[in-house]
Formats: sequence, C-alpha cells, structure tokens
Amino acid sequence: MNNRKQGLSRIFKLVWHNYKKLVVIVFVLILFSALANVYGSTFQKTLIDSYITPMMNQSNPNFQPLIAGIAKLALIYVLGILSTYIWNRLMITISLGTLNDIREDLFAHMESLPLRYFDTHAHGDIMSVYTNDTDTLRQLISQSVPQVVSSIVSIVMVVASMFMLGWQLALVTIAGALFMLFVARSITKRSGKYFRSQQKKLGAVNGYVEEMIEGARVVKVFSHEQQTIEGFEKINDDLCLASTKANTFANILMPVCMNLGYLSYVITATCGAFFAIHGMFGMSLGTIAAMLTLNRSFNQPIAQISQQINAVVMAGAGASRVFALMDEPSETDNGVVTMVRAKLEDGQWVESKEYTGKWCWRHPRPDGTTVMVPLEGDVVFDDVTFGYNPDKTVLHDINLYAKAGQKIAFVGATGAGKTTITNLINRFYDINKGQITYDGIDINLIKKNDLRKSLGIVLQDTQLFSGTVMDNIRFGKLEATDEECIAAAKLANADGFINHLENGYNTYLQAGGESLSQGQRQLLAIARAAVANPPVLILDEATSSIDTRTERLVQDGMDKLMEGRTVFVIAHRLSTIMNSDAIMVLDHGRIIERGNHDELIKKKGVYYQLYTGALEMD
Amino acid sequence: MLKTLTAQIKQYKRQTILTPIFVALEVVFDILIPFLMSYLVDYGITPGNMANVWKYGLLMLACSILALICGALSGKYAAEASAGFAKNVRDAEFRNIQNFSFSNIDEYSTGGLITRLTTDVTNLQNSFQMIIRIAVRSPLNFIMALAMVFYLNSKIALMLLGVTVVLGIFIFSMIGRVNPIFVKMFKKYDALNESIQENIAGIRPVKSFVREDYEKERFDKRSQEIFDINRKAELLLVLQQPMMQVAIYSCILLVAWFGAHFVVDGSMQIGTLISLFTYIMNLLMSLMMFSMIFVMVVMSLASAKRVVEVINQVSYLESPKDGIKEVKDGEVVFDHVYFNYAEQVDGHYVLRDINFTLPSGKTMGILGGTGSSKSSLVSLIPRLYDVTKGEVRVGGIDVRKYDLHTLRDAVSMVLQKNVLFSGTIKENMRWGDPNATDAEIIEACQLAQADEFVSKMPKGYDTYIEQGGTNVSGGQRQRLTIARALLKKPKILILDDSTSAVDTKTDYLIRQAFATKIPDTTKIIISQRISSIQDADIIMVLDKGHLVGWGTHDELMNSNEIYRTTYQAQQKGGSEDE
Repeated sequence: MNNRKQGLSRIFKLVWHNYKKLVVIVFVLILFSALANVYGSTFQKTLIDSYITPMMNQSNPNFQPLIAGIAKLALIYVLGILSTYIWNRLMITISLGTLNDIREDLFAHMESLPLRYFDTHAHGDIMSVYTNDTDTLRQLISQSVPQVVSSIVSIVMVVASMFMLGWQLALVTIAGALFMLFVARSITKRSGKYFRSQQKKLGAVNGYVEEMIEGARVVKVFSHEQQTIEGFEKINDDLCLASTKANTFANILMPVCMNLGYLSYVITATCGAFFAIHGMFGMSLGTIAAMLTLNRSFNQPIAQISQQINAVVMAGAGASRVFALMDEPSETDNGVVTMVRAKLEDGQWVESKEYTGKWCWRHPRPDGTTVMVPLEGDVVFDDVTFGYNPDKTVLHDINLYAKAGQKIAFVGATGAGKTTITNLINRFYDINKGQITYDGIDINLIKKNDLRKSLGIVLQDTQLFSGTVMDNIRFGKLEATDEECIAAAKLANADGFINHLENGYNTYLQAGGESLSQGQRQLLAIARAAVANPPVLILDEATSSIDTRTERLVQDGMDKLMEGRTVFVIAHRLSTIMNSDAIMVLDHGRIIERGNHDELIKKKGVYYQLYTGALEMD
Repeated sequence: MLKTLTAQIKQYKRQTILTPIFVALEVVFDILIPFLMSYLVDYGITPGNMANVWKYGLLMLACSILALICGALSGKYAAEASAGFAKNVRDAEFRNIQNFSFSNIDEYSTGGLITRLTTDVTNLQNSFQMIIRIAVRSPLNFIMALAMVFYLNSKIALMLLGVTVVLGIFIFSMIGRVNPIFVKMFKKYDALNESIQENIAGIRPVKSFVREDYEKERFDKRSQEIFDINRKAELLLVLQQPMMQVAIYSCILLVAWFGAHFVVDGSMQIGTLISLFTYIMNLLMSLMMFSMIFVMVVMSLASAKRVVEVINQVSYLESPKDGIKEVKDGEVVFDHVYFNYAEQVDGHYVLRDINFTLPSGKTMGILGGTGSSKSSLVSLIPRLYDVTKGEVRVGGIDVRKYDLHTLRDAVSMVLQKNVLFSGTIKENMRWGDPNATDAEIIEACQLAQADEFVSKMPKGYDTYIEQGGTNVSGGQRQRLTIARALLKKPKILILDDSTSAVDTKTDYLIRQAFATKIPDTTKIIISQRISSIQDADIIMVLDKGHLVGWGTHDELMNSNEIYRTTYQAQQKGGSEDE
C-alpha cells in the first residue's frame, strides 16, 4: 500500500517536473470547463424563475430578456467547449510524452542493469512492466487524473450552488452522495480482490496450456488426451468462477451508483415538493428544478470518482513496479584502462588514430603516467572463488593460465561451472575472491565496455534480433561493410544457407529468427563473432545444435576463426575440443583434471571415461 | 464464425437471455423516472395536490428500487454468462487441440496457441459481455428516451433528433478514421514489445558486444514512432469530448429557447420542460456508449477470428469409425511407402518407396545422418502421420484401420524431444498405465535402469518433477521416459534417439534388459551411436529418405559404405557423446 502511494506520488512529481507550465494551464482550463458546466445547470432555475414565470403573467410576453440570457449562456458554453478542447489537446502531449519518457528511461536503465538482474527475474515479469504496468500509468495520466480533477471541481461548484439555493435540499443530496460513495468503495474493494484472483487463475491456465502444448506430442503418443482435458477443465472452471465474481461486482457498480443517484433524486424531489406546497423555506418551483439538475450533476462526478478508484489503485501498483525497475542499481564500472588502436614507433607502442590492426591497453597509473600494454589475449585466473549467492560457492579456487593464442577447453557435467567461468572473464559477474588478469592487468581495472569489446562470444542459445540477416551479422561490428559481413558468413559456412533464403542477406528475420533452425542461428552467431574480430573468443557450446556433418564444415571455418586468438571452448562433443592446448575437466566447481588430450587419455581418469562413453556427460 | 461462437453459450443460455431482459427492464424504469417527475410537478406541485406528490413520489421510488434490482441482476447474469461463455470457448479450443494430429500441431506455434487460449478469449469475453449488456442497453435507452421526448413535445423531439444525427455521423466518421490508425499502432506496439523481449532474452550478446547504446537508439526510434502515431490518433479523438459538449449545450439552448415559448403560450407544462433537460443527457450519453462498444467489438474481431480458427481446425487424422480394437502381434510392414509432411507439387518426398518387413519380436536398428528421415519413418508406425502413398501394416493390418487409441497403446514410442510433466515420478509413470501398481512402476524403472537413481532421491518415486523436467539430468530424463513407455506393455517399442545422453554402459544394460525381459516385443531403435544398434537383429541404413542398407552388422560392414565409414569414424575416437 505504501509502495503504491509512493509510486503515485513519484509519477505526479515526474509529470510536474517535466510539464510544469502545461499542467498549470490544463488545471486552469479544467476548472473553467467545469465552471461552464455548472453554470449551465443553474441556468435552469434562472430560466424558469426569472424568465418564464414573469412572462406567464404578461399578456404580451417580452422575450427580449430571455434572448440576452440565452446569449450569455451560449457564450459561456463556447468558452467551456474551447477550454475542454484545449486541455484535452495539451493532455495528449503530457500523457503520451510522459509515457514515452518512462518507456525510454526504463529501457535505457534496463540496458545498464547487471546480468544478475536478468538471471534472477522472470522475463515475463520484466516484460509486464513495459506492457501492463505502463498501460495502467497511461490510464492514470490521461483519464483518471483529469476526470478526478474535473469531478472534484464540479462537486465543489455544485455544492456551493446547492447551498445558495437552499441548504435543506443540499443536505439531502449530499447525504445521498456520501452513501453512494461508501457503497461504491466497498464494491470496488471486493471486485479488486476478485480481479487479482482472476489474474492468478489466468496464470495457472497459462502455465497448464504451455506445458500441455509443449508436450502435445507426448500426449498423443500416450493417448492421454482425455486426462489432459479433464485437468484443463478443472482449472478452467476455477478461472470461470473467479472471473464471474470479479465481473459481477464490477458490473453491479454502475447500476448501484446510478440508482442510488435516482433514489436521492426522488427523495430530493419529494421533499422539495412537500416544502413548496407547504410554502416552507420559501421554496419555488424553479428552485426544485434547479436542485434536481444539481442533484444529477452532483451524483455524476461521484459515480465517476468511484469508477476511477480501481484504476488509481492499479496504477499505483503499476507505478511501484515501474520505479522498482528504475531503482535497480546499474552495473558499476570503476575501470580506467581503455582499449586503443596502436602502432609501434621506435620500439614503443603509441596510440594511433587510424585502424592498424593492433590494439593496446592504455593504462593510466596513479602517478599520472600512462603505460601502453599490447593486447595479446593472455588470461590468468588466480585462486578464483565465486558463487551466484554468497552462501553457495559455485567455483572453488580456480587457477588457470591461458597464453595468448592458446585454446583452452572446459568439459564437465551440467552445473559443474563451465559457463560460470566464461561469465567471469567478461565481468557479467564479479568474483568473490582471487584475481583475474588480462594481459597482466586486473580485469577490474579495465573499463567494462572495452573489456567486452576485446572478447567475442558465441553462446549455446543463439539470440538474434529482428532485422535483416545482414543487420544481425553487423551486430558484431557496426561499421562493418557488406563485404566484411559476407566474408564473415563465408568463414562460418553460413553463406550457403543464407543464399538459399528468400531474399538472401536482406531476408528480414522476425521474432529473433524463429524461422531459422537452431543450427542456422548458431552459424549466424559464429559469423557475428567473426566480423567483430576480437583477440579472445569464448565459445559456449557453439556447435551443439549443428549436426555432425555440418559441424565438420563449420569446424573448418572455426579453425580459421580461432587462429591466432586465445579461445575458451565449452563443448559437449569431445571431438571438437581434442586439439585444445589444455583441457580442464570440471566437477562441482573444481578443476579435477587438466592437460591435453593425449595426456588425459593416458591418465585414464574422468576424461578418459567421458571419452569412451563410460560416463554420461549431462 | 458467429455460429461457432454462439454455439459455445451452451449451459449459459438462460443467463445470456436473462441479461438483456433485465437490462431492458432497467432501462424502462430509468426512462419512467423523469417522466414521473414531470407528473409530480404538473399534477402534484403546480395544483398544490400533496396526494399526487406522494403518489408519484412513491411510484418513482418504486421505479428506482426496481431499476436497481434489475440492474444488479443483469450485471450478475452478464458476468455469469460471459465468464461461462469464455470458459466454454477455452474448453472447445483445448479439446480440439487435443484432437489435433501431429501435422496440425506443426502448423501452430506454442506461443500462438497460448495467446489464442488466453488473451484472445479474454477479449471475446469482454465483447460478449458488452454485447449482451450495453449493446442492448444503449439503443434501447436511446429509442425509449426519444419516444418519451416525442410524447412530451414532438417539435422539440425533432430538433433533438437532428442534433443527435449530426453527432452520430460525426462520431462514426471519426471511428472510421481513427480505427485504422489504432490498428497500425497496435502493430507498432507489437514490434516494440518484440524488441524489449529480444533485449531481455538476448542481454548477453547485447552486453558482450557492447551494443547497449545501439539498442537504446533502436528502441527510442520505435518508441518515438508509437508516440507519433498515437498522437495522430489522439488528436482526432480529442475532438470527441468538445463535440459531445457542443451537442449537449446546443440541445440545452434549443430546449431553453423553444421550451420557454411553448410554456409561455401554454402548450407545454413547466414539469415537461424539466424532464426534457434530463432526456437530453440520456439520449446523447447512450449514443456515446454505443459508439464506444462498437469500437471495442470491432477490435475484438481479430481475436474472434483466431479463436474460431482453432475451434474449427479439422484434425488431419481421425480415428476410423468401428476401428479394429486389437493388435495381433508386433509385426511391422512397410509396403511401397512414400511420405511427405505437406502437399508439395514438385513431387519431393521425405521418404521414398520404403519396403521392408520386420517380424514380431525382432529388434531393428536404424542409422542415418541428420535429415535422413529416421524419425519420420518411425512416426508412421503409431500413425502420428499418415503415409502419402503406400501402406504401413502392423500385425498384418493397415494402421489406418485400427482404432487410434488401440494402435497407440500397442505401439509405444519414446520421442526424441521427450517431455516429463509437472507431478511426481509416479504420476508421470502412470501416463503409461493409469492402473499400474507401485511394483509395476518399479519394475519398469528397473528395466530402463532408472530405479537406481530414483531410489537414491530423498523422496524416491514421490519426487516432484518440475515443469519441463528441469530438475533431472538429460540422461535421467531419457531413462524415465523409456520406463514410462514400457509401462504400456506395448507390442512394439520405438526409441527415437532416446539414449543419447545415457552413458554406453547403462545403454548396454537397457538393451540387455529388453532382450531378456521383453523378448516378444518388437523393438525399433534409432541411434547416432553404432554401439547402440550393432547387435540388433536387423539394421536399416537411411540416406535422404531412401533405404540404402538392410542387414546385420557384419553384412552391412561388408556391403554398406555409409555404415562402414560411420563405424570407423566412431571407432577412431570421434565418439558421439552428445
């Protein structure tokens, strides 16, 4: 509840901060249009009492004053309409602008978050912040707030007018309205509760359907359709029940408000009639008529406010989630060492403006001097200990030394810590103990962006982005020419299948390349890494989805790609890592065997068993 | 489309009919109230008749209470009817999906089907509720209010009608212009969401290639596009409220001016004038509501189309009426079988002229590279797909003549992409046989070499398997799915690369168990690993949909090039350990 309130107040502050002038103007205009509306309501009394009744007693009625009265009203109406139009227009700028700001801020901030955030939050939940939660905000800014403001203005004006007409009937109307508000609150509270439960049940249906459709083929093979349907019907019935309850309360709200309004109308009318006939409180027919119109104009904003209650509560919850994401701490980067183009002059490395094909680490020392360290791709793990959670260590005292140009392979069961090691080199996660150095520099000193630019990575699950095939390859190096991209694709043996696509390199890939096979996506990912041309490569199960025959083709390209680079390989198929300079066998976060293929085979240890198939690798 | 959807109302017919009835009654009472009000003024207050004041006052009170009751009841019935309708639609969809054949499933994506079962149905539910409630209410309200105004004063009624028609034309022409913009906007939203989705799922490549700024730029561009198009739509829509005010205010001015004249010349009562003001609001608001609902229903049409598509999707493969209910034995015959997944004009086949006879109780191994159609071939045996040409016979009879349930019980297949379901191990095992005793389950698991690791788990056979079976390793999952298939006590057992993650020793033990414990079952084993099939009675070699080798290990070593080279490659050490 507190979060919701905070969320709301932050949204309002944000709007105020960005659109101070517009907000003031809009507020004034809303005030004005509400006033025009109220003036119209009171006009009925004036019409009957000041114009019609006197004329009824004249033998030759003079309509001159009425013309003036109506003209005045018309003028006020025109002003009211104009201000309605203008504030609505300005509101578009405010609400859409704020939404756009929030969306862009959210995205920019999300891009800055550490990997840990994405690993510990369900992707569906993050997504929902952009879709559902921002949607509630838009509702809040563009509808609820103006409606509540204009409703309050109307209420204040109407109450004032009512008291001017006569406090007795005013009290009757107000009592009715308060009762209505009270009933509406209790109804919205319940419907809100049931809507939340409906949402939960919908989630259950979602999960069940997902599981059963993923496993649809197994269901068929086991002729398990009937049981599956029975399971579905159970949760479907639950959903139906929750949905019925939620909607019943939501549906009842309108008729209850409306008819309680009528009830108060009837009571006001009867009391008014009674007073008028008995000549009490100097009540006239015109007063009753005006009072009844005011009664309607009073009940309407109350009904509107009660309808907005749920929307405001939901927006509060939405806002709190939006700000929770925005408040997540970004990745920190205290690195000072940068990667620069370099050339050799008189045996000294100096920075170069042009592309030289050579790179250096530019290392400013605390004493003000700068050291240029050539980028070689030398990676050292020194007693590295790491856990994703402080209480659960995943890697224990890892020591390894990868000399520039060496190929280091990791094998081991799922969960042994292979991928974790690669997560540490590019600082997706920071180590708890020990040190990792890159060309002799502690990686914590290197600016993250420069560190990552120097590392190429091909992952098991290839993520592509909607765009053309060419765009996806160019993702590796934005300034790459078409020729460079095609050359990279050829290197990865992706050129063949790309040319068979409908529009070749210009084929547009929808939804992360859904239409491509997993193997084809991996080939593109390899091409993407190839075009980046980094000194160090990390291949995490890069060829797992490529069949044996194609892999031979890719292997050839990969060998070319790996030439002269430091490479870290994680592979399931031992055939792809046999020629590594060093193979590390990992088990439960420890290196249990190390050496090259021949050494490990001779040793007849775990690697040997894996190799001969006596141990399962999964 | 409409017929399919209305057919889903079923047991909620009563509520569906009662809703508009109560809505109509509510409208009648609502309309009567201002009318009674004018009587109260004209016959009660003006002549100073308190008896009439009480009479009409009480009548009005009764009306508003009745209106409240009717309104609440219609709301309740509308909720029941629409939630029930949604339930039936989901049920019909889900049932038909269960009826889908493999080729039907191939045509839809999982995400697509989930949307069709959730979001689309929710849209339909809302529209359905709108239609039976407000789509009845607004026109009815409009007509009755108009009738009342005509009754009170036909000249003023004509004027109001004129204003309403102008407003109506304006609103609907605006909808006509705004709607296509909104449709475009939704598409842009989809694109934006897709790029968010990609960035969440693909945060690793984004970060490792340091493409945060690049992605931000792309996102901002898309977000700006939505801003622009949204603004365009809103700038049109923004005319709606002032236009509505123009209509209301001009009506008030008209009624005030002409009403004053009529009252002064004695042709209208003051009370009538008051109720006329009330009806103005009534008329125009109902027009507004109607236009809103119209927009919503039009927008949900796309959802309706998608949902109906699923409900009416004809399964490509139906169980024959009076299908044969018994499978004699496990003999498998392929007789000039041609197969293709979808109709293709160019005469390309995935399987071409396959002929063989596998006697009951024998073990057959199948070897072939990726794309050699091994899986396609075996999926024809339990009739997961129908042959394009030729005939597949099980137990001497064409598979298409069997009752599907009978056939699939007799032919147990462990799929390459095997799935366990959320639930305990026991529950998963009982998919094979719902009446299996604990002892039978343990026996099947022993056969599949799964008993050892299952009994080591803290909860043993009651261990809960997470959705997708993520809490057991690949090798364990494979062994459990084999056990599950064994519980069917099938006449034919097919393993489609089902021991790929199992180590060679366990693989051997499983095959040993098969040979000794279920000797009468025909066994068909697909494997990338020669060691898994080399001791089979018969080995089939497939290449690009052609049967290119048939014989025992020794025979094939002599006669078949593919078999020999694969064998040699694996012996040399390129062992497939995937």
